[in-house]
Amino acid sequence: MWDYSETVKEHFFNPRNAGEVGDANATGDVGSISCGDALRLQLKVNAETEVIEDAGFQTFGCGSAIASSSALTEIIKGKTLDEALKVSNQDIADYLEGLPPEKMHCSVMGREALQAAIADYRGEEWKDDHEEGELICKCFAIDAVMIEDTVRANDLSSVEDVTNYTKAGGGCSSCHEGIEEILTKVLAEKGIEFDPEAAPKPQVAPLDEPTPETPQVAASGLTSFQRIKKIEDVIEKVRPMLQADRGDIELVDVDGNKVMVHLVGACAGCQMAGMTLGGVQQQLMEELGEFIQLIPVQKKAVHAVAGA
Amino acid sequence: MSDGIYLDNNATTQVDPEIVEAMLPYFTEQFGNPSSMHQFGNKVGHAIKKARSQVQALLGAQYDSEILFTSCGTESDSTAILSALKAYPKRTEIITTTVEHPAVLELCKHLEKEGYTIHFLEVDAKGRLDLDAYQGLLSSKVAVVSVMWANNETGTLFPVEEMAAMAREAGVLFHTDAVQAVGKVPIDLKNSKIDMLSLSGHKLHAPKGIGVLYLKRGTRYRPLLRGGHQERGRRAGTENAASIVGLGMACELAMEHMAYENSEVKALRDRLQEGILEAVPNCFVTGDPDNRLPNTLNIAFEFIEGEAILMLLNKDGIAASSGSACTSGSLEPSHVMRAMDIPFTAAHGTIRFSLSRYNTPDEIEKVIAVVPAIMTKLRKLSPYWGEDGPVANPDAAFAPAYS
Repeated sequence: MWDYSETVKEHFFNPRNAGEVGDANATGDVGSISCGDALRLQLKVNAETEVIEDAGFQTFGCGSAIASSSALTEIIKGKTLDEALKVSNQDIADYLEGLPPEKMHCSVMGREALQAAIADYRGEEWKDDHEEGELICKCFAIDAVMIEDTVRANDLSSVEDVTNYTKAGGGCSSCHEGIEEILTKVLAEKGIEFDPEAAPKPQVAPLDEPTPETPQVAASGLTSFQRIKKIEDVIEKVRPMLQADRGDIELVDVDGNKVMVHLVGACAGCQMAGMTLGGVQQQLMEELGEFIQLIPVQKKAVHAVAGA
Repeated sequence: MSDGIYLDNNATTQVDPEIVEAMLPYFTEQFGNPSSMHQFGNKVGHAIKKARSQVQALLGAQYDSEILFTSCGTESDSTAILSALKAYPKRTEIITTTVEHPAVLELCKHLEKEGYTIHFLEVDAKGRLDLDAYQGLLSSKVAVVSVMWANNETGTLFPVEEMAAMAREAGVLFHTDAVQAVGKVPIDLKNSKIDMLSLSGHKLHAPKGIGVLYLKRGTRYRPLLRGGHQERGRRAGTENAASIVGLGMACELAMEHMAYENSEVKALRDRLQEGILEAVPNCFVTGDPDNRLPNTLNIAFEFIEGEAILMLLNKDGIAASSGSACTSGSLEPSHVMRAMDIPFTAAHGTIRFSLSRYNTPDEIEKVIAVVPAIMTKLRKLSPYWGEDGPVANPDAAFAPAYS
């Protein structure tokens, strides 16, 4: 049985705002039936003030999905749409006094239902192409998609590399077989055989002091200045937490929806799941209101790619 | 059970108090190593011999030396399949099914990565195999067939005796994972062509950590664990004497209760099925109801999710299990339900009730009484459910954006 907090259980057993909202003027349907979690969020928004006067949910899903839906509706009622959009999935999880790593996606689903409902109200189209893979590293909540993309973007070839770039495998180490399987698969695409005894890539020395460099803009064109400023702000916001763990993160480049960062320090053994790449990626998505893929890279490698 | 209603006996069972009693001396005064020459070990050796004959009797094995004690069902499965591959190195194919327990399925998928060819026999909507397809796969390239006797999720029985005879005809070894079947259905191995069979103690009221591999005399075999003469050199490692004694006794008790299991327990299961199907709309039995274990009932409750059902059942003191993705933290519902083509909206809502001889009619009536309200409560939350039934055309009415 999952180790659910008392608050999760309480919201599951006595969900708030369950059911349809009779005079709703915004609806967001998100989730995946194959995974077994899906949510319809309905809002009644005051046209004058944009205040959410009522919120209701219908959820096909597990205990934490129902509890996350319930918490979300409680959090956003009485807020304006702009205020509500600032609610992050971490806020939902915090409201519930935490969720198991395997269940964090329930809070993400809540956050996405909110975005979808507000987009519906504003007559915008909401699209989410974020892909969720099998959870590989449970210590740092890193999934297979994140590891695969990072291996591809950086030509990684060892488990140590993957740990250096993503932190996956840096905790209890029981997922190393899973990481090796991903390496085998991705390397095979390039006709390379995975060698378990390959030496890891040399790690870049830790940064002495934070020096946010102005990144080159790759393919995104006109409005990118504000966009990159926002990305920088998010990165700056999370740095102190990583630095507290003797690590650091630096923005290297932005290319379309791909945000390349340079991670420093292993933080091995650190259990701050909220501060993993997944957590940073989520914060970026929430700040920018669009899908963002965070890819950890070596600085030199990426500049070469970006310049090519 | 003192408090709560335990209907999860396919997951594990309560150790019979009588069995605990019989085991206790083997932790204290009878602690010796059965291999030792002195008096401390001697009696232990005799106790293990007796247990071996008790297991032999339940399985209907011809010789007691065909019984190898292992640490669990999974070890027995791995030992059997890997032994066949080592004993027949030129044979590089395995036949199994899509609905095996992970102990066999994951091992086979792993062997596939190592270069072996694995044939996964598919099942129909009721979880039944196509024996013509099976016949077509049997050849001198196949090292071993591994097919479960009874499915752990649905209780559906496979015709393993017939399949073993077909394998023998083709000169192929046959292994069956009978972890769910042993103690629940009569087994007579001396009159079958089954070469290897796995069982697990904790599924039949013996403790966890003890299993058996049945190995028909004359079957070519290569041990998984070497390094000792225990089990005639076929499974090295100091014997888990207390648990072996417990398993022996569990087999004897299972033998005594075989008729009860197939009459009384079966009647309770049937009553539970009838009571739930009558009171709850939009649910159905999965698997093959006419050909399944007497203790197992698997019901798919449409448009709601299994973990949520289990949490509410648990609140009412009822223990069962589910095939939903969320209960295991995976991204897909049970592979057994998917293999039977059960739609996602039903597969995530499958609940397995598995009974034992300790369950009472009162308990079953209590479950029947509380289940409908649980389903109503969750369906009220479901986007697929309307006022008092599923919404018209549910898949179109609620088609969420993938997230």
